[in-house]
Amino acid sequence: MLRLPKFEVATPSSVGEAIALLAEAGPSALVVAGGTDLLPNLKHELATPELVVSLAGIRELVGIRVDAGGALAIGAMTTLAEVAASELVRTRAPALAQAASLVAGPQLRTMGTLGGNVLLDTRCQWINQSYFWRSALGFCLKKDGTKCHVVEGGKKCVAAASNDTAPALMTLGATLELEGATGRRSQPLDDFWVADGIYNKKLAHAELLTEVRVPPTAAGHRGAYGKLRERNSIDFPLLGVAVRLDVDAAERIQAVDIVVTALAAQPKRLARVAELLFGLPARGAEFERALEAVAATAAKQCNPLPHIPGDHEWRKAMVPVWVRRTLRAAAERGGPVHED
Amino acid sequence: MAARDRHGKDAPWGEFAVVGKPLRKVDGLAKATGAAIYADDIALPGMLHAKTLRSPHAHARIVSIDASDALALPGVHAVITGKDLPVKYGVIPWTPDENALAVDKVRFIGDPVAAVAAVDEDTANAALKRIRVEYELLHAYLDPRESLTRHDPAIHEGRKEGNVSKNVLLEFGAIDQALATSDVIVEDEYTFHGTTHAAIEPHCAVAQYSADGVLTVWSATQITHYVHRALARVLELAPHRIRVVQPCLGGAFGGKSDPFSLEFCVATLAMRTGRPVKMLYTREEVFYCHRGRHPMQMRYRTGASKDGMLRGVDAKILIDGGSYSSFGLVTTYYAGQLLTGPYAFPTYRFDSTRVFTNKPPCGPKRGHGSVQPRFAFEVQLDQLAEKLALDPIEIRRRNFVGEHTTTVNGQRITSNGFLACLDQVERASDWSTRHGKLPFGRGLGVAGSMYISGTNYPVYPNKMPQAGIQLKVDRSGLVLAFTGGNDIGQGSNSVVQYIVAEELGLALDQVRVVAADTDLCPVDLGAYSSRVTFMVGNATIDACRKLRAQLVEALAAHWQVDAKRVRLIHGEALDLEDATHHLPIVEAFHLAEERFDTLGATGSYNTPELGGPYRGGTIGASPAYSFTAHVAEVTVDIETGRVRCEKVWIAHDCGRALNPMLVAGQMEGSAYMGVAEALMEEHTVNRYGLHRGPSLLDYRIPTSVDTPELAALIVESLDPEGPYGAKEAGEGPLHPSIPAISNAIFDAVGIRLKHLPFTPGKVLAALAERRARAGEPTVAGGAR
Repeated sequence: MLRLPKFEVATPSSVGEAIALLAEAGPSALVVAGGTDLLPNLKHELATPELVVSLAGIRELVGIRVDAGGALAIGAMTTLAEVAASELVRTRAPALAQAASLVAGPQLRTMGTLGGNVLLDTRCQWINQSYFWRSALGFCLKKDGTKCHVVEGGKKCVAAASNDTAPALMTLGATLELEGATGRRSQPLDDFWVADGIYNKKLAHAELLTEVRVPPTAAGHRGAYGKLRERNSIDFPLLGVAVRLDVDAAERIQAVDIVVTALAAQPKRLARVAELLFGLPARGAEFERALEAVAATAAKQCNPLPHIPGDHEWRKAMVPVWVRRTLRAAAERGGPVHED
Repeated sequence: MAARDRHGKDAPWGEFAVVGKPLRKVDGLAKATGAAIYADDIALPGMLHAKTLRSPHAHARIVSIDASDALALPGVHAVITGKDLPVKYGVIPWTPDENALAVDKVRFIGDPVAAVAAVDEDTANAALKRIRVEYELLHAYLDPRESLTRHDPAIHEGRKEGNVSKNVLLEFGAIDQALATSDVIVEDEYTFHGTTHAAIEPHCAVAQYSADGVLTVWSATQITHYVHRALARVLELAPHRIRVVQPCLGGAFGGKSDPFSLEFCVATLAMRTGRPVKMLYTREEVFYCHRGRHPMQMRYRTGASKDGMLRGVDAKILIDGGSYSSFGLVTTYYAGQLLTGPYAFPTYRFDSTRVFTNKPPCGPKRGHGSVQPRFAFEVQLDQLAEKLALDPIEIRRRNFVGEHTTTVNGQRITSNGFLACLDQVERASDWSTRHGKLPFGRGLGVAGSMYISGTNYPVYPNKMPQAGIQLKVDRSGLVLAFTGGNDIGQGSNSVVQYIVAEELGLALDQVRVVAADTDLCPVDLGAYSSRVTFMVGNATIDACRKLRAQLVEALAAHWQVDAKRVRLIHGEALDLEDATHHLPIVEAFHLAEERFDTLGATGSYNTPELGGPYRGGTIGASPAYSFTAHVAEVTVDIETGRVRCEKVWIAHDCGRALNPMLVAGQMEGSAYMGVAEALMEEHTVNRYGLHRGPSLLDYRIPTSVDTPELAALIVESLDPEGPYGAKEAGEGPLHPSIPAISNAIFDAVGIRLKHLPFTPGKVLAALAERRARAGEPTVAGGAR
């Protein structure tokens, strides 16, 4: 078995205490929520912290509620299993519930948290490997090396955002509640990302994600999540498609949003989607024709790289299929879209 | 054949009391409760932990190794390198080309270079990073075709064959003439991609060297005897000073058949330090150890007459062996030798060439050597059926080789339940009303196969028994059976218990089994080639019959009746004709001990003379062959290219099911493994020669939700030489899964998949090609 490197673990009982610990320890200190991503990464020596601050003892970070403004507020330490099963989430934010239900496998969802999944490190077949494995290549851009093995001569890391819940939350207009040494801030998720596989987030050291807020959804809100993967459990996404499709009382499409993930360092919002679907009925021949047009434009906008394991040409071919299927699932109040 | 090897297919006391019942395994409760002791559970006082430094280069010369910094680290007790273990070994005595640690050269990324023993794993790992190795890089061979023609630099120097590991060319009958006069010929190429075992337990070994010079090695091996021999050779120790023990094993599937680097390293480090030493491989290291199924590029040419009768088969196979020989000599033979049933062909030629490449070494995996050719041939048979407009089951029936016959390559076939297997899967799958008639996107495919129940080729030539057993009878009423056979989860210890209980009329809890300990148990050649039930089972019956004769004689004398009247059953001794004569069996033990002195018996099994009269003719010659037929049902999503195997019907002729629950488990596990190899698993290296993803996240084996429904249909042909008629069930039932799926995909959507694995990308490409051929427009991105 791969060994965990040695580090101190702190278990603060409040957010303030956690921030103070992190600030004091400096940038090498790390945060652990459920640990399902961090611990394998530490075993692979992708980081060698002296201190790991566990959020497991902070009660205020757990729970799903509707806040005074009518927004759905989910504590960052709420497990993915709880998010997936929550009636509140399922009715107000179906795409999020579906995405959470497809992260990893059942055991990992009872450990993994929503906050941890949103902040998941980017992934690449050339980085999520042991120290020995990476050393055989002379390492890579993301850690310890200067070469990119995905793009020959590439100077920018292209490790892929692989967090299923992030694109769903983006279609829902979610905001991250962040707290750091200098105070609190609300960060729209749309503007949270950076196109850099080494670190793709606007999140400072000693800044904690405390809560994810999803503004109230319209009465005619529909959403779905589609996940492409090789097995029907465990695997990270080869492609993730989150859809929001709001309709009016006459079942005509009033708002559309599609965000895809696992293609690049950050989730990507598809352009020119609303103009193809706005005002159309959410079923029937006209809708089906529009789906083809949306699928075609999605295909043009998405170019998966051979960064994560799997056949990237097949992943590209699946973009229009998954976009079409997930849109249709949203329209029919169905989903999630995967192989089962 | 010696009389001792033939005990008949019938129950020893008229009807079976134990055999044929779905009984619990001897170690079932221990495993389910976590009480079972695996190699990594062993912790000895003062034990050190060892780790291996591995090569980061695919092919390189070692210029120097400097371990001084590692040795200087507090807590480090010893560092060893290839210089400490210069003697080469190999599981096949003719091809010893491995060193426990690299001497002069490394041949793949992951090749062991040095080993460290330290107070704990972390210290050992830290020490590895302090060992400085200077390498001189050599050209790395990643494509087996290159190894066929280029020999400089040689992966193994000093061989006249260069980078060719083994070539076998055998011809039976006038093949060229047969093909020239055939009405139809099908010729095609097929690729098997390479897969590994993925046993859940990683390799682990613990060694202890006693003050009086006895070396004990506990190892997660499936062949204690060969580890014993290899240790004696490499360590240059007298074999009687070495004891090898196999603890409870967490899966093997062929991947623990070779002697491995860690066994020599822990032994040497224990002798060097005077402390017990353990080494547990990481999952990543298990992938480098590999010994998985060989990639093969196969060309088959099959000729037949108009009515579908096979006239000849001509095969040419290129085998990618990876960096070492391992079992490769046998693999190269098996790739041809095991194809000659369940169908008869009057002429046959195969030309198999195994080459070395700078990749993790291949070896035996469940269905060793014959799964790949079976895939190619069973798809080709379907192509032939298509050409002749014959039903795929019908063409297989027509060409049935028969029972009590000899194959074209001189293999003796005894019992053969293949036709019954075909009948069973045909009926269960509702083949006649569904094959060729399901909606587009859903289909059924069939395939058949045969496999060995052990072979008469012991890995090292000798005339001693292949299986031996000893029984010790205790005054408490307990019989202890000592067997060198390796229970690797397949249930061989349970089989021994059932047979002893059956033969001696004991309750199951009156029989315990001690296995796979070279000090305590007589030699058995181990768990490979599906030999254990057949050979250890026969040896067990042999020993029991001797003991039974003594018990019966003592009871007959005690009751003063004819021995024929004595019965032993359910822990009681009875006189069939006088109800007043009955005793608990423990008292029969006492009577017999009074009469014969201390009780005990040995038993053994050796194969009869088998095989064709030519070089290699005994390789693949088995005392009995198992037969299998599968029907697989698939759905193909033509938009995504994804193939889903919905159900597999598995009919397997195991001779007799000594425990039908264990047989069904082997059948289901085999089919699961085959389906995984067809659709998902892929053991490959990247452009650097580095394993693509040595983890169970990236090497994808199906989870429970990816597994098809599996229906096990047991066929019992009652083999004349098997124990109560039993034959193997652990490997044969894997073979047809892969071609049955390819054939089902053809039935579903009309494409022939000939190159494994059947990934969605390949399916989409084949569908597009089919549309192009049919003149239909192709639409990128998965047209509906």
